[in-house]
Amino acid sequence: MRTAVRAGLWSGGLLAVLAGAVVVSAAIGPASIPPGTVARALLDPLVPGVGAAVTRPHHTIVFTVRLPRIALAAVVGFALATAGVVMQGFFRNPMADPSIVGVSSGAAVGAVAAIVAPLALPFGLGVQGAAFAGALLTAFGVYLLASEGGRTPVATLLLAGIAVQTLLGAVVSYLLLHSGESLRQVVYWLMGNLSNATWSDVAVAAVAIPGFLVLLPFSRDLDVLLLGEADAHSLGIEVERTKRLLLAVASVVTAAAVAVSGVIGFVGLVVPHILRLVVGPDHRVLLPASALGGATFLVLSDTVARAGPAEVPVGIVTAAVGAPFFLYLLRTREVHAL
Amino acid sequence: MTEAEHAREADRPLLAVEDVSVTLGDVPVLEGVSMTVDRGSFVGLIGPNGAGKTTLLRAINGAITPDEGRVVVDGEVVANLDSRTASRLVATVPQDTTLSFDFDVRRTVAMGRTPHRGRLDPWTEADERAVECAMERTGVAEFADRPITAVSGGERQRVVVARALAQETPLLLLDEPTASLDVSHQVRTLELIDDLTDAGTTALAAIHDLNLAARYCDALVLLADGEVLTAGAPEAVLTESTLRRAFGADAVVTRHPVTGSTHVTALPDRDRESAADGARVHVIGGGASGSRYLQALSAAGYAVTTGAVAAGSTDAATARRLGIETVTVPPQAPVDDDAAAAVRERVARADAVVVADLTVGAGTLPNLNAASEADRIVLVEGRPFAERNRAGRAGRRAYERLRDRARVVAPEDAVSAVTTALEASPTGFPLEPP
Repeated sequence: MRTAVRAGLWSGGLLAVLAGAVVVSAAIGPASIPPGTVARALLDPLVPGVGAAVTRPHHTIVFTVRLPRIALAAVVGFALATAGVVMQGFFRNPMADPSIVGVSSGAAVGAVAAIVAPLALPFGLGVQGAAFAGALLTAFGVYLLASEGGRTPVATLLLAGIAVQTLLGAVVSYLLLHSGESLRQVVYWLMGNLSNATWSDVAVAAVAIPGFLVLLPFSRDLDVLLLGEADAHSLGIEVERTKRLLLAVASVVTAAAVAVSGVIGFVGLVVPHILRLVVGPDHRVLLPASALGGATFLVLSDTVARAGPAEVPVGIVTAAVGAPFFLYLLRTREVHAL
Repeated sequence: MTEAEHAREADRPLLAVEDVSVTLGDVPVLEGVSMTVDRGSFVGLIGPNGAGKTTLLRAINGAITPDEGRVVVDGEVVANLDSRTASRLVATVPQDTTLSFDFDVRRTVAMGRTPHRGRLDPWTEADERAVECAMERTGVAEFADRPITAVSGGERQRVVVARALAQETPLLLLDEPTASLDVSHQVRTLELIDDLTDAGTTALAAIHDLNLAARYCDALVLLADGEVLTAGAPEAVLTESTLRRAFGADAVVTRHPVTGSTHVTALPDRDRESAADGARVHVIGGGASGSRYLQALSAAGYAVTTGAVAAGSTDAATARRLGIETVTVPPQAPVDDDAAAAVRERVARADAVVVADLTVGAGTLPNLNAASEADRIVLVEGRPFAERNRAGRAGRRAYERLRDRARVVAPEDAVSAVTTALEASPTGFPLEPP
């Protein structure tokens, strides 16, 4: 079975690339640690004795300072790229990204409200909780707005998503005006950043992994949905039910990532396109390849973001690196179609 | 099952649409539609735009649940089936498929196996066989590894048919399978479906072109305004009166001289037909070339004359049947001076002359020369003249002289060209074909 073999080979290869990126990233920082030492430290829990030569401070820097942030970058990148593949396939639109149904805008409203007016929120929701709740409420609201009589035409969903994003953008702008002291914190959140990552952040974003495992068996459905809904139906896909499930899982995965990292643009849009050029449109290969590619891309981007003399939000790096690269691809290869 | 039950099973139509009504929004699209399709037959669904053909197909494949009535395929009520089960009974070739991504042809055909596979089922021997067989039958195997975006429109159509065949359903639905194809691919597509039904598949196709439908389908269902107007054998369905009722247009129904199938020629609508009142048209034909214009023009109300034609030819017989004034010469004889004078006289009296795409021999040259003197000439050009010229250089010179003054049209446009020509003044006629 060719496709399964290709999926396995690509996944294995990209997993190795990701492992390499993690080691390189953990070696880079204010205190430079040789990659060999990093690798030994990381392997220590798996292979007892390998890390015997690693010094205590190095061990602490790798595991307590750098690794949570690297792991967060990896799972957030994994989540955004996974959701991006699903949304692009689902909408049959190359401009679709994980936030297309308003997940990021909803998260932004929730997070900014929690920063600007923490007391106004019920149940003492923190920034993360408010962002997560805002994201899911928005996605669900957009879905309801676009549904009629048990059907949800994707064109309506797309337009409803854009309208709601615009509306929520106005709300965020208004809150920004009244943010006063907390303006810097708000802007930092909106640009997307992974600093101050903790293992509990990683745990929240890691919902992407079960989400991915749910989506993987739907790869063939995504392929068939690319033919259009009428064709998909005549090929035995329960179109509306499948769309609901894909939309729900992709939204939850995105919401969890955005809640802990803020709005990191471009990963979910560009990574699937790049991988589609490399591995082709078959979702059984594309979905795992994009997820791992997204993880690697964000780990490397965040390394750049924190490596300079002054740390910058990773969202700036992903856009600054991703947009020119995407434009390069656009001019040299056929990216116009899905 | 006993033998008698088997026999009953085989007798029962594969598809039965029973009193189906569908309303989309507030618009009733189908009202009480009933029809059947027998096993192994190729049935054409015809009717004007907006008659409900596509909606009926969508009701049959389960995309739409009828408001009233039911669709039964192979003993199962489609509306009661989940999408996957329904897709193992009915495969659909849609009017246009979005194929703007780089799946290769084989992968696209393999998508036809979707209803046969669970989400986690591996690809089986049976799946592989179905795909290979479907590609073989449709002739797409030779470009199986090309990306679907890199094949032509006609090839893509066959890929989509292959995908439907890979579904291995008893019933195949096709929505306008020939709509975006050129003439040769239209014929190839319908011949493919015809072959498939000979091999046991049952097909129901919405077809726009009445003549292609008549030629290839075993039976036709004529849908108009959401109702079945008539159904049955092509020659029973395609009559001048049913076509007038369904399409609101006048048409002439004849037999096609080559294929022998029922042939429909649409006539200009009634307002323009008044131009025919009293107008005289002379047809230059010969052999069987003029018959369809004799029929069409006289049905359109023109006073038609023809000649010179050989006694006993198809054209002569058609003219006699229609009561058309004819200049005849004996079989095999050339057009002599007397006959040529008679033709010139008819041409002079006529308001327009139609020259069929006839074969020109030395003996019939006087016909062409006479036609060149007419005020309004409609020259039908189907086959290139070089293939129809048996009179050498003289034939070519006479034809070129005629062509310089004529309105050159395709066979199916001859009647409307006459109408248009008669509305224009003779002086307004283009001397050079545009």
